[in-house]
Amino acid sequence: MTDSTADTGASRVLGGRPTEATIRTTTTITTVKNTSGAHIELKNVNKVYGEQTVPAVEDFSMDVEPGELIMFVGPSGCGKTTTMKMINRIIEPTSGSITVDGRDVLSLNPNELRRHIGYVIQQIGLFPHMTIAENISVVPKLLGWSKEKTRNRVDELLSVVQLDPKTFAGRYPKQLSGGQQQRVGVARALAADPPVMLMDEPFGATDPITREKLQVEFLRLQESIGKTIIFVTHDFDEAVRLGDRIAVLSDRSKIEQFDTPANILRAPANDYVASFIGHGAALKRLALIPLYDALLGRASDARGTASLPETDSLRDALDLLVLTGLPAIGVTDASGKVVASVTVDQISAELGDDVGGAAAGALS
Amino acid sequence: MTFEAVIERDVSVAPAELGVRRARFWTLRRIATPIVIVLVLLALFLWIQTLEIDSIMARTLNADYILLRTREHLELTFIASALVAVLAIPAGIVASRTTSRLLRGTILTIANIGQATPAIGFIILLAIIWQIGFQTALIALVAYSFLPVLRNTMVGLAQIDPSVTESARGMGMNPGQVLRRIELPLAVPVILAGLRTSLVFCVGVATVATFIDAGGLGDMIVNGLKLQRFPVLITGAVLVSCIALLIDWLASIAEDLLRPKGV
Repeated sequence: MTDSTADTGASRVLGGRPTEATIRTTTTITTVKNTSGAHIELKNVNKVYGEQTVPAVEDFSMDVEPGELIMFVGPSGCGKTTTMKMINRIIEPTSGSITVDGRDVLSLNPNELRRHIGYVIQQIGLFPHMTIAENISVVPKLLGWSKEKTRNRVDELLSVVQLDPKTFAGRYPKQLSGGQQQRVGVARALAADPPVMLMDEPFGATDPITREKLQVEFLRLQESIGKTIIFVTHDFDEAVRLGDRIAVLSDRSKIEQFDTPANILRAPANDYVASFIGHGAALKRLALIPLYDALLGRASDARGTASLPETDSLRDALDLLVLTGLPAIGVTDASGKVVASVTVDQISAELGDDVGGAAAGALS
Repeated sequence: MTFEAVIERDVSVAPAELGVRRARFWTLRRIATPIVIVLVLLALFLWIQTLEIDSIMARTLNADYILLRTREHLELTFIASALVAVLAIPAGIVASRTTSRLLRGTILTIANIGQATPAIGFIILLAIIWQIGFQTALIALVAYSFLPVLRNTMVGLAQIDPSVTESARGMGMNPGQVLRRIELPLAVPVILAGLRTSLVFCVGVATVATFIDAGGLGDMIVNGLKLQRFPVLITGAVLVSCIALLIDWLASIAEDLLRPKGV
């Protein structure tokens, strides 16, 4: 988000809303940019399997900024996983170049390379004969860390993924639930603090409730660690919820559109992308816009007692409006004081308004 | 003959055991087996006491002779099984690693021929073209009990969840590390089941070593037959059966103890 956009937004806020929202938004952006991530560049990457004439991945090029969370979305068999797996050379590209922080991946020892790239797969692949602590220690051990450093790191990571080290360090994978195993999978991939993470449908095998919980935790985690992440999914909603940018892929890993979730939702590049978004694009966009980023009404316009915090999305606001049938509902700040109001018209205006969309999309 | 019954039982049991999960340690069978062995040996001993021992029987039915033959028998069994482990496990790894169908086919075919050929025919042929004695018997035993370990090593490696090996590779383990730290430990229960079968095979087949003068309890059985002294024959047969049961029992305990935790 540029300063001028923010100013325009703030000046148009009715009812004496402070410019605090703008400031907070700007801070969020700087936080995301604090990154330990690496820059990844794929150039004209091709993969042809064996004798086949049709490539699995054809002329794939992409530039990923440090700390970005990039979602690869596409139907099964479109080559999205193949593309991702070429970055750590689980699959060797047939031609093209891949660099991580300027270093040519193909010239490095693949095992050495993989120790510095976190890798999480859908089936998790925890080692059943090793305890949780041993699972997480695998890469540190390969890198020759001292026992004490490794042990401290294991405890730290288990806490990060919200598993009590005392309870879980000594357990075996089969003694954990699916969601807990998936957290261990993420912790294990983070063990040596790699700048890059590759995640292949990591939450795909969990039930919807666990998945949503894991997604929220994962977003919060990413906010603090700022890794460069390539995240493969076939679930567009997951891509919208998590991604800084989304690459919508079709056959042979062709990039149909590569943009922020808000931009893709507002202006799908073609019918293919539109079909992938499916119904309810407007609602999906609303879910991306927090109330503090929207143009709201005066606090005194609020009717009834219904209100919601400004950190909620426009979609939450619409939901409450529909539920209560009120013409306008209150918006509260962190202290719980009603500082603004919101109506259906104002929500619609946000969708028709390019500035609003760009503001939400500026997170990238 | 009794030892053949033992062999047959174990062939049928081995594959079924592949899927067995860690069960209770003290099962009925585990408790009952040693009791049955002791009771059978006791009954044999008491029965022999009631017999009139003539001079021919006395030459074999004495502690020194029985212990010597038993020791020979166990030596054959354990050395052959150790050789099988040392040879068949690497062969199984190679056979499951190689992309060459020819190599895999060759290894499996040789192992199959080894087991399909009647041990007695093989051991005597080998003695004719080479020499009689302990070493020849050992080779015959190894050839005969090679297949279970080879096959179980291959099955044990093949049944590992591919996502486990993929994540091991993805974390930067080289192929040797994946094999040593992940695949072999996870294949241990299945490989051990193969070794157990192999051991029991060896106990049974070691009885034919007597035909090429390599000793063992087969001597008692054959002597008993030749000299028409059935107590001798029965003592030999019962001892072989009890040893087979005992080794099977010990191996089942080893399997439980050596199985990696968490699996």
